[in-house]
Amino acid sequence: MNFHASSVGATRYVGERTPRKEDSRLLTGRGQFTDDIQLPGMMHIAYVRSPVARGRIVSINLEVAREMPGVQAIYTQADLAAIPVQMMSFFFTPIESPVSLLADGRVACVGDPVCMVIAETRAMAEDAAALVEMEIEEETPLVTIADAKTGPLVHPDKDDNIAAEMGDEDMLEEAIQPLLDKAPHVVTHTIRHQRIAQSPMECRACVASPDGSGEMTVWMGCQSPHLAARYLALVLGLPQESIRVIAKDVGGGFGLKNIPWREEVAVVVAARLFGRPLKWIEDRYEALTASSHAREQEVTLTIGLDDEGKLLAAWSDYACNNGAWPMGEDANIAVHMFMWPAHKLPAYGFVTRGWYTNTMGLGGYRGPWAMESLIRETTLDKAARKLGIDPIELRRKNLIYLPDQPVTSGMGIEVTDITPGECLEKLVANVDVAAFRKEQAEARKEGRYLGMGITTYIEPTGSAGSMQPMTGETVHVRIEPTGKVVAMLSTHSQGHGTATTMAQVIADRLGVAYEDISVFEGDSAIGAFSPGAAGSRQGVIAGGATWKATELLADKVRAVAAHLSNASVDAVTIDGGMVHVEGAPEMSRSLKELAEIAYGEPGRLPEGMATGLEAQFRYQPPPMTMTSAAHCCVVEVDAETGFVKILRWISSEDCGTVINPGVVEGQIAGGLAQAIGQVLLEEMPYDARGNPLAATFKDYLMPTIFDVPDFEYLHANTPSQTIGGMRGVGEGGAIIGPPTLVNAIADALSPFGELGGKKGEVTLPLTPSRILDVIEQRDVSGHSAHAAPVPAAAPVSAPAVPEAPVAETAAPVPAPAASASIDGDWDMTLKAPMGGQTFVAHFETQGTSLSGYLSAPEGQQDFSGGTIEGGRIKFEVKVDKPMKITLKYDIQLEGDTITGKCKMGMFGTAKVTAVRA
Amino acid sequence: MSEHKIELTVNGHRHAATVEARTGLGEFLREELGYTGTHLACEHGVCGACTVRVDGVAMRSCLMLAVQADGCEVTTVEGLAAPDGTFHRVQQALQDNFGLQCGFCTPGVAITLATVLQDNPSATTGEMEAAMSGHICRCTGYQGIRRAIRQLAGENA
Repeated sequence: MNFHASSVGATRYVGERTPRKEDSRLLTGRGQFTDDIQLPGMMHIAYVRSPVARGRIVSINLEVAREMPGVQAIYTQADLAAIPVQMMSFFFTPIESPVSLLADGRVACVGDPVCMVIAETRAMAEDAAALVEMEIEEETPLVTIADAKTGPLVHPDKDDNIAAEMGDEDMLEEAIQPLLDKAPHVVTHTIRHQRIAQSPMECRACVASPDGSGEMTVWMGCQSPHLAARYLALVLGLPQESIRVIAKDVGGGFGLKNIPWREEVAVVVAARLFGRPLKWIEDRYEALTASSHAREQEVTLTIGLDDEGKLLAAWSDYACNNGAWPMGEDANIAVHMFMWPAHKLPAYGFVTRGWYTNTMGLGGYRGPWAMESLIRETTLDKAARKLGIDPIELRRKNLIYLPDQPVTSGMGIEVTDITPGECLEKLVANVDVAAFRKEQAEARKEGRYLGMGITTYIEPTGSAGSMQPMTGETVHVRIEPTGKVVAMLSTHSQGHGTATTMAQVIADRLGVAYEDISVFEGDSAIGAFSPGAAGSRQGVIAGGATWKATELLADKVRAVAAHLSNASVDAVTIDGGMVHVEGAPEMSRSLKELAEIAYGEPGRLPEGMATGLEAQFRYQPPPMTMTSAAHCCVVEVDAETGFVKILRWISSEDCGTVINPGVVEGQIAGGLAQAIGQVLLEEMPYDARGNPLAATFKDYLMPTIFDVPDFEYLHANTPSQTIGGMRGVGEGGAIIGPPTLVNAIADALSPFGELGGKKGEVTLPLTPSRILDVIEQRDVSGHSAHAAPVPAAAPVSAPAVPEAPVAETAAPVPAPAASASIDGDWDMTLKAPMGGQTFVAHFETQGTSLSGYLSAPEGQQDFSGGTIEGGRIKFEVKVDKPMKITLKYDIQLEGDTITGKCKMGMFGTAKVTAVRA
Repeated sequence: MSEHKIELTVNGHRHAATVEARTGLGEFLREELGYTGTHLACEHGVCGACTVRVDGVAMRSCLMLAVQADGCEVTTVEGLAAPDGTFHRVQQALQDNFGLQCGFCTPGVAITLATVLQDNPSATTGEMEAAMSGHICRCTGYQGIRRAIRQLAGENA
């Protein structure tokens, strides 16, 4: 007899389209969003923001504003600085361009918060905010990535405008170019992705309520109350237990609400200073123009192929606009890590940089590395057209199928169970491509332009163990003495439906009715640390944790029942909330009866068994769980108007075990709708003076019901290696969606030429006028005017940036007299992909040979075999996380400082600095 | 700022209040009367989240002043279900079809669809979809909302 088959009830809940537990409150207006919180004595906050993109604050006059009715206080940075704060990234590393909560002497973007008005009502606060007088000595801003490369420094204390960079420029000449030179076919493609406002329907919101003992309760629109509490505790230097974050309902996050940012932290700080509850509710104007933005990036990919269409080599050059105050400086290394693990590509190299500008800072957004799929899939289709190969065949030649695995990609990512090829086969088996091509040819004769785009992708989901916040999940399941089943989770739903899916897992594994289970989440006082909704992880990790915790609890129930009945554990089943003993129907008990015994009559329990009926499990899954998919989109482009109509969209995805198809399809659909918005509609443009130009939903075009077709799903699922077998699905639609739609449009327009024109540059969104550029072969959209350089930056007080602010790839010049000894401890900083890493470097020399160790709280790594000559120090350290690479340090000692670089395998070169400890 | 006495009925309950002339209806319903089911998401009349029914007409409560509702009968999302808690058929259709995720835009969507059906209980899919032109949902890609509309129109969802 199969043990597990008999141990749980006959009713399956996993895999069912179970109605959501969240709906009854949300459909009746009984949800609890942050703005629904009202507290006695609560005051309201409005921010005064900079109307200019760059300048020195000469004066701030608060006199008139302070006299306004209802105004209780107006704070500037000088006031908030009474409580020191060091802002951090999502990875809990310090923001490198030290960002203050309110502007500190200068403003660096339009929307920079300068003052905080606290008043009795929101209207009063806004009235007063409008009367704050600011004199700002305006300077010419840097707006675009091109501006950043040549203009003055955005942050005067930096060496250049490079916020972050990775990759190895030398590799192009040394390794990639020779392969491209030999390749029979070389295809180059560029995509300029516009800036996006994430635009959750609920804007950011925060209520902070201090109590006398120094503790603080915070209601906040966030993606994880636990992560928000940990973040606030870290930046404020407080114990996490002193901050309780509650977020019962949140109206969408999409990455924007990954971490509390300046405004939310300022509310918490101000509440401590002011000593009363404070509320800040962002309005839509602020949300569009002054919430962290996303995307704005440009990438050029060059691929070499043989005559059959097999990939030989690839090189890409990527840049993204970090704005002035990013939520963590970012060169988007993940674009390169995940561009090719699913492909048989012998050689790949890249340079990748993030640039500071005087625009709103870069934040998270669904599938932050999505550009890897967009540039790869559009370039592959362009290559297919150039080589005259069917785009499906081109993919078949290059994709890694299941029989090819396990295999390690060039970026050191081992893939063992990815299925983009299998998803593609299922897709094309269900879509009559040949019939479409016939229909397309017929339509073209009538002047109708149909196009089909087919793409594949993979995505790392459920990441755990290689970055500080990305970790496991704790689940506590309990059968109360009342017989009710409750679960306490660290999950968070901004629409994800985690209470639903986790209750399904419990019902399925425990043998109780779904309706009888209550899930509690959305509160940092419940459960343990987890980053909540981030990186498509909750279904995978919380699902696995719930699965296992419930099975542990079921085991205990059966052990108690077996003991009471003097039966074997194998004879006990739980079904419909009743505990049955095989062959002894009279011994059947309800879970309530069993719970009363388990809690109240310890003498009837097996020897040594703890009382109660509960189980807790913390699940640490494999470091990454891969999701794969293939999508197909069919469009018709109106050659007269340039409008795109999406006729069909089919998803063939492998998301492992599906807990609830309604929830899974909802995640895919939501991501695809956002993809459609990115390709066709949405844009946050800036003018040359650094003004964000989309200030309302009349300017920022969100997809409506008429822009999104009915999506079709072909579930091509294979269970993953996690407990339960789930794969993450939250971000995928937003990653594979854009290239699928762009490819369909490019296919439709192919009679007129390439979508990117002669230069091979595609600029999003594909507005009707940009599409008419291709159809009419002339500049309808005025892109040449838009491409005109912005007025040259006027000289400002900041020192000029060096002529070529690119990576310092040259070896450090040996110092003329490096007589100082290097022996001993140094505080060393490595500018790594996830932010600066600091550790203690210990050196011991013997002549010119060098040994020692690098020590951080996470552990110590010894090294030997290094050298020191004339102050130039070279040594190597092998690391396993996030993958196996050798770090090659090449640094120069000068007095009490060390500067230089560290070569980190495929990640390229990072800057190293150190001072004597 | 001038203040005005108003009386109105919300979800069958009579309320009297003194409001500033500039107070929006949505803000008044939420802050003064506690009907927090009405959500303000854009406050400029585009997204539709704040839609309430005023004297039988679906209105943007962010574009209407509280004083304008003096003497009116208002229905918010809290007033859609039957007194015993039974869902309105719009609520039921939205739940049946995964028509909501975060639920922030949902109250407005539910009020609009319920109002279309109140005016014409046999409204067509096309009529209900047309009414959805005034609503933005960022989560669902409108899939479940469209299926709910089909269910409400008596078609296969």
